Amino acid sequence: MRQPLRKAREGLIYGVLLGCALVSVVTMLGIITVLVSESVPFFREVSVWSYLTGTRWSALLEPRTFGVLPLLAGTVQVACGALALAVPVGLGAAIYLSEYASPRLRTLTKPILEILAGVPTVVYGYFALTFITPDILQRIFPAAEVFNAASAAIVVGIMIVPTIASLCDDALRAVPRSLREGAYALAANRLEVTARVVLPGAFSGVVAAVLLALARALGETMAVTLAAGMTPKLTLNPLTSVQTLTSYIVQVSLGDTPHGTIEYQSIFAVALTLFLITLTINVIAQRMIRRFREEYD
Amino acid sequence: MKLTGLEVRPPMTRTADSVRTSFVVEPKPVPERTPSVISIDRLSVLYGTHVAVKEVSMEIAERRVTAIIGPSGCGKSTLLRSINRMNDFIAGIGFQGAIRFRGRDIRDPGYDPIDLRRSVGMVFQKPNPFPKSIYRNVAWGAAINGYRGDLTQLVEDALKKAALWEEVKDKLSQSALALSGGQQQRLCIARAIALQPEVLLMDEPCSALDPIATARIEDLIDKLKAQYTVVLVTHNMQQAGRVSDYTAFMYMGELIEMDATGRIFTNPQVRKTQDYITGRFG
Ligand SMILES: Nc1ncnc2c1ncn2[C@@H]1O[C@H](COP(=O)(O)OP(=O)(O)OP(=O)(O)O)[C@@H](O)[C@H]1O
Ligand SMILES: [Mg+2]
Repeated sequence: MRQPLRKAREGLIYGVLLGCALVSVVTMLGIITVLVSESVPFFREVSVWSYLTGTRWSALLEPRTFGVLPLLAGTVQVACGALALAVPVGLGAAIYLSEYASPRLRTLTKPILEILAGVPTVVYGYFALTFITPDILQRIFPAAEVFNAASAAIVVGIMIVPTIASLCDDALRAVPRSLREGAYALAANRLEVTARVVLPGAFSGVVAAVLLALARALGETMAVTLAAGMTPKLTLNPLTSVQTLTSYIVQVSLGDTPHGTIEYQSIFAVALTLFLITLTINVIAQRMIRRFREEYD
Repeated sequence: MKLTGLEVRPPMTRTADSVRTSFVVEPKPVPERTPSVISIDRLSVLYGTHVAVKEVSMEIAERRVTAIIGPSGCGKSTLLRSINRMNDFIAGIGFQGAIRFRGRDIRDPGYDPIDLRRSVGMVFQKPNPFPKSIYRNVAWGAAINGYRGDLTQLVEDALKKAALWEEVKDKLSQSALALSGGQQQRLCIARAIALQPEVLLMDEPCSALDPIATARIEDLIDKLKAQYTVVLVTHNMQQAGRVSDYTAFMYMGELIEMDATGRIFTNPQVRKTQDYITGRFG
């Protein structure tokens, strides 16, 4: 009497959980379907080749050209600048937390990091626009424009520091205590243990953390749009305005571009491009994380 | 009563229940006396308020193997790790009394624990080689401590002393993690030897190994004592009987009895020791 009931309940729980798992899979498939199906008409008008190699992006003004390189360059410039800032700071913070800080300080700092990671990104955008650019960048470099890539890189960097610190801290702490003890017993000091045993041991975990942060930096939208502006430009000068893949999508979405036009379709092509890039990075990062787990299980 | 391994005891006064041990066939001769390298003087170690080691005093004799036995949780590891200050990192740990290495208080603020660990090496319960090559594992400690001589020679010597050279000489650049558990443990011994220490602390070095690998490590410990002072924590009484010269029996943080191994196993002075080595508890 009770056995069948239990079985039924088990089955119900199984079904509900399966449903939950399916939601994310279905959402993912939905996104891919929309992106691809809306991109197809775009790529009928603009060849994939000219899209990928074109050096001029002028979607809204005549003569229209859809060369994605300026948007890609802006995206990469902001994301790499952000990483250059955030990796040393985040990794340094993680090393401090896992190897040097007292347990009490650590229990205090971890939640702060998580809160920092939860600040709405638009706040960071205004922070860049109203403080970093006028009060820091333009003081040092009077030539800096109101919208510029550097301020975007700085705030995105600040935004991803908690992510990097938290993930690297996990990676460092996954290095078994027995390895640290072995090193200390060989008369190593803390720095030697950290630099020569713990960091190499956590290497793939650290790389995974950096890749996940990179994926986030590439996809960051609001802060970048506010800080870097909307000028699609193929430039290396970080003090001028650039446009990223994401801020182009914002620009078109906020405007009154009618459905079915090529500029409307172009945001799906741009979104698909971004999606493929971050997907690749995420897959690589997941691989690294899995490898990292295997190393110590 | 004061218990040290080096004391010469008065003739035995046998208790009514004569001791019969099950495995020590022939009583070991009492080892020739050597000077004390480490002297532990009423050491107490506390984790917070929990006293893990209580007023323990003992002398560790030079170039002898001293075994520490006792039931789980009696404070063997805590005592051993105090000797090279490996438990400094534990929050809330407290020490009373003193440990002197060659006459010098190891907790003296002017005594850098790193200097101490250069002279007092340690081998752990589970082999813990670094995920690096065999060569780099052995060279690691010497290299970071600024060894000036020929590293390759040092690695070879250490591996020979650890009785591992023949097995690995053709694959020094391969990962240490590919070795068997017993080989890894001998590698860890080689790694400690490469620092040219005086004392080797071993905390149940065979408990993760099979009988054959264990026998090899025991042979090795027997050879090592020609040059090094060994302190061996073990759960295995046969092992203590086979390889050690002195045996210390601990119970609930206290040192109950310490003496030449032959005497501890055939004629312990304290009832508790006798009960433990005959397997009546523990
Ligand atoms: N890091 C620690 N924090 C708090 N208490 C500890 C810690 N390490 C050990 N203890 C306690 O101290 C006592 C002695 O532990 P210790 O590890 O020295 O025993 P042991 O004799 O080595 O035991 P075993 O034979 O099981 O290895 C135990 O009661 C243990 O619970
Ligand atoms: Mg122990």
